[in-house]
Amino acid sequence: MGKSFSTPKSLSDNYTHYCPGCTHGIAHRLVAQAIDELGIAGRTVGIAPVGCAVLAYNYFTCDFQEAAHGRAPAMATGIKRVRPDLIVFTYQGDGDLASIGMGEIIHAANRGEKFTTIFINNAIYGMTGGQMAPTTMPGQRATTAPAGRDTDQTGMPIRMANLLKELVTPGYITRQALLNPKQINKAKKAIKKAFEYQVEGKCFSFVELISTCPTNWGLTPVDALKWAEDTLLPYYELGDYKVPE
Amino acid sequence: MAYQHIIDSERCKGCGLCVNFCPKKVLEITDKVNAKGHFPVYQARPDDCIHCTICCIMCPDVAISVVETEKVTTD
Amino acid sequence: MAKVLMKGNEAIGEAAIRAGCKNYFAYPITPQSEVAEYLAKRMPEVDGVFLQGESEVAVGYMIFGASACGERVMTTSSSPGVSLMGEAISYISAAQCPAVFVNIMRGGPGLGGILPSQGDYFQATKGGGHGDYHLLVLAPDGVQEAVEMTMKAFGLAEKYRGPVMILGDGLIGQMMEPVEFPDDLMTEPSNKDDWATSGMDTRKSDKRNLVRSLFLDPKELNDNNLALKAKYEQMKKEEVLYEGYNTDTDYKVLIVSYGTMSRVCKTSIDMMKQDGIEVGLLRPKSLFPFPEDAVFKASTKESCQSVISIEMSMGQMVEDVERCVKGQRKVDFYGECGGDIPTPEKIIEIIKGLL
Repeated sequence: MGKSFSTPKSLSDNYTHYCPGCTHGIAHRLVAQAIDELGIAGRTVGIAPVGCAVLAYNYFTCDFQEAAHGRAPAMATGIKRVRPDLIVFTYQGDGDLASIGMGEIIHAANRGEKFTTIFINNAIYGMTGGQMAPTTMPGQRATTAPAGRDTDQTGMPIRMANLLKELVTPGYITRQALLNPKQINKAKKAIKKAFEYQVEGKCFSFVELISTCPTNWGLTPVDALKWAEDTLLPYYELGDYKVPE
Repeated sequence: MAYQHIIDSERCKGCGLCVNFCPKKVLEITDKVNAKGHFPVYQARPDDCIHCTICCIMCPDVAISVVETEKVTTD
Repeated sequence: MAKVLMKGNEAIGEAAIRAGCKNYFAYPITPQSEVAEYLAKRMPEVDGVFLQGESEVAVGYMIFGASACGERVMTTSSSPGVSLMGEAISYISAAQCPAVFVNIMRGGPGLGGILPSQGDYFQATKGGGHGDYHLLVLAPDGVQEAVEMTMKAFGLAEKYRGPVMILGDGLIGQMMEPVEFPDDLMTEPSNKDDWATSGMDTRKSDKRNLVRSLFLDPKELNDNNLALKAKYEQMKKEEVLYEGYNTDTDYKVLIVSYGTMSRVCKTSIDMMKQDGIEVGLLRPKSLFPFPEDAVFKASTKESCQSVISIEMSMGQMVEDVERCVKGQRKVDFYGECGGDIPTPEKIIEIIKGLL
């Protein structure tokens, strides 16, 4: 009874700089597992964002580029257009993708660029120390919303999967979570499916992952999972929002 | 098939996610600090481990692995 | 080599293809949208890539991504669009990726105008983005030179692993001139296996490549800057280009002017020559590296009493001219930049004021 478990080859053996309990590490592993299982490491190019995951390239063993804040989808477009044979993924946080990079992600999705985006939604700016993000919840405290997000002043949190599904161009748009083993296993399948769509050259694929930020939420890692479950999931409903025929 | 549960205590940051989700309550945080200044997890009740790898799935740092061992146990 | 009458913008597009560049990303902006329109038709004919991005910001990073994975790539834009690409150009310089940018200048600042201008000299040569970086900047004075400089730019970009800019203006882009495409300017792409993210399988290597510009460790960042600086010093030794016009005479005044403006100056020099007035012109073809020694030598010629920088701007290159003349001569400036181009008669009037 039982099964084995080992570190995917596409993950380097460097220790990560992420805070204890931060689910970035889980997301990295799931991406690396997808790359290993599809045997595409030799032709994969990852693109790191600006944010906590800016150092993602230290944790993967495939070719990597480092984008300017929010511009990873444009860089991925550049690669896919000149080298359609390469497998390209962007790994971005909510400040990178939903704030400064909103234009890039919407137009890449709308053009149906055949790369894969892994979108880490933890409702806060991590690297810069806890500022409000477009995904920060109403009333949720952040260093730039000390009394909690005032939606009269800053609008409502942006639901990227819901937004992108409205584009008519076909694509795979899904929202998953990393808050418990069942969700993580489902997220793993979704990420692999996203990469499979790319390998088949079928469509743009986008996997939003509800994640935690214990440090900037001011919670223990376990309490952060609970808070995300209670506060984020009701608003950011999980599931496949668009699947190509 | 026999399995062995391995914790890389230097890589572990003591976040406690595995402790919380282990269905058999096998894991606990040690009071011995590692080189990075974290208090890693250890198997407090190793015999209760059923090698379900839930701890591996929850671990953000791939600090836990489960490997197959040749020797066939008689349990 | 048959000459063909072509509009500057289209000739620049064709030049890229003739130079072996099969990848073009751009955003429309007057006065150079014809490059994109032309390549939208031409690139498919040569199995090339044409893509109109959603903004010049995005286009800058499409260029970066494509270049960083080892492919030859170009974009063209105009002043406000080039401002939006400033950040990407800084990243491309820091990450050391070859790329060709063409700026068909229009009036500024702000939305400015759509007529020709030389108001982006500082932006091009002193850095439109952040950090210590330089573009290698070539300034054509007409359609033929725009073609030749564009074709040469790809080899230069790969030689220096950095961005090269062709700095034209709306007149060069919009006017038609007979032009030929010298086939000896086509360069084979350099091997990029030791740095480009071209895919480990492509390189048959298990060493992955990483293209980045973040160096959190101060020593690493300083080393990266020193590596860039060494390239710029090499450019100053090997890539200076300029032309002397009527400088073999005992000219009393030396004009320093480039691009479209320098052609008007040549006409005024010819006209003054008929009245027995000798005026010289030193025309920089490379704006970075700037022809410093040539400007100093031409300014300090025995017969030369004063120097004047004539630009379609409020005075930008004049600062470099002053720097290079080192106080040996009086340096004046004349410029207009609404979009009207000063006439030869106007230049003659200005020069006579100096005699």
